[in-house]
Amino acid sequence: MTHTTDPADRSADRPADRRVLLDNGGRAPWHPLARQAFVQAMDDGWADPRRLHAEGRRAARLLDGAREAVAAELGARTEEVRFTPSHTAALHSAVLGGAGARRRSGGDVVVGAVERAAVLHAAESSARTHGGTRVVVAVDDHGRVDADGFRRAVGTPGVALAALQAANGEVGTRQPVVEAHEAARAAGVPLLVDAGASLGHDATPHAWDLLAADPADWGAPAGVGVLAVRQRVRLLPRGPEDPEPWAPGGVSVPAAFAAAVALQAVAADRAAEDGRRRELVDRLRAAVARIPDVEVVGDQADRLPHVATFSFLYVDGEALVTELDRAGFAVGSGSACTSSTLEPSHVLAAMGVLTHGNVRVALDRSTTVDDVDRFAATLPGAVARVRDALGVGGL
Amino acid sequence: MNDVGPARTADDFPDPDIPDIDVVDARGLRCPLPVIRLAARARDLPPGAVLTVLATDPAARHDVPAWARMRGHAMQGEDVDGDVWRLTVRLGATTTTRPP
Repeated sequence: MTHTTDPADRSADRPADRRVLLDNGGRAPWHPLARQAFVQAMDDGWADPRRLHAEGRRAARLLDGAREAVAAELGARTEEVRFTPSHTAALHSAVLGGAGARRRSGGDVVVGAVERAAVLHAAESSARTHGGTRVVVAVDDHGRVDADGFRRAVGTPGVALAALQAANGEVGTRQPVVEAHEAARAAGVPLLVDAGASLGHDATPHAWDLLAADPADWGAPAGVGVLAVRQRVRLLPRGPEDPEPWAPGGVSVPAAFAAAVALQAVAADRAAEDGRRRELVDRLRAAVARIPDVEVVGDQADRLPHVATFSFLYVDGEALVTELDRAGFAVGSGSACTSSTLEPSHVLAAMGVLTHGNVRVALDRSTTVDDVDRFAATLPGAVARVRDALGVGGL
Repeated sequence: MNDVGPARTADDFPDPDIPDIDVVDARGLRCPLPVIRLAARARDLPPGAVLTVLATDPAARHDVPAWARMRGHAMQGEDVDGDVWRLTVRLGATTTTRPP
């Protein structure tokens, strides 16, 4: 059987049967060069990089090279870049360690309302530990933090740390990071920039004191995160003593090496990919806007190149994700019915947009115009079927 | 209001200037059902009517105002008692027409 080519067995190659992956935020299929780098590092980087023998030194060279490559992309010094066990761990270390180092200046932590849950929770935890308050700066209906509100909040005495994402991964809207950094610098408060949804996709942010990024978001393996801290910024180690308190026991060398190689790869074709994916997102947003009773959310232009989000009135998000999955499309959702907590997305809630019937799309580099067109052609029927099941005709 | 006595309703105090307040009980229902129940009741009411929905689903507090905005209604108030949200809407003129 292995020598015959039966056309009927080639179903995976037929466009109509191919899975279309549109949920590539935070976890994406591996970039081919990430896979190649990972395999190479399995041979050359399996050893403990802290050992003094040839194998250990070889692993250490791969890890150092990975730090250097990520630092170059960030415009940072190699020693300012650390690998962590995950993006979430990087955010926790940045907030708890960054605020902890400044506990004598105050206990408050300023955050945007649509930061990642890891940032919001770490800020709450840090503020409680140091007798301060988590100060949440509101967003507008596009999900953009009010720059003046942020300036006022960081300028208030008693702030240990401020945190603002480069762009929101759920709705794509970019944040006023440059203004926020100016305000934080004027107030002498370090700013953590969460580049988890943007690094590898959008222009690399340079206005930061601490920066966290997510390799799994740019097509590298999960199991490694990036934490960059400017040399002038102190980070209080947390947890029991360890030579690498931000990654106790060290990180996976193959994962870190693959993360760096993939970052170089996506940085190399970012300009071309930016234009191509923006066109696809614009095309999708325009098609979705023609479906009755939909809110297409997030800023129309000042946004990530690859994220599109919309909420359908009178639609059960879980039912819609399942319906689309059955039709061959993997999408994300911020609706309460799709979360384990029954709470809707805090991002959609803070924006004041519809939280139910939510669909979140993040395009990969491999997403084609045909993928987007087929999705746009499938969506109206899927929405109508879910609405019919709920009997909402005429509402 | 603290009198001990038979329960009274708005019908006991007829006043042409105070519209009847309809109440939709959507407690225990998960999103998007509270909004759907509310919209179904709103369809049968004239512009200017005031309608309250009771909901325990945490999404309702966000989705009822969003629905009102999309349909041209106005939020009149919201409060929470325990885990029950009480959201009140004044219906606009576009009760039964859909935006394109």
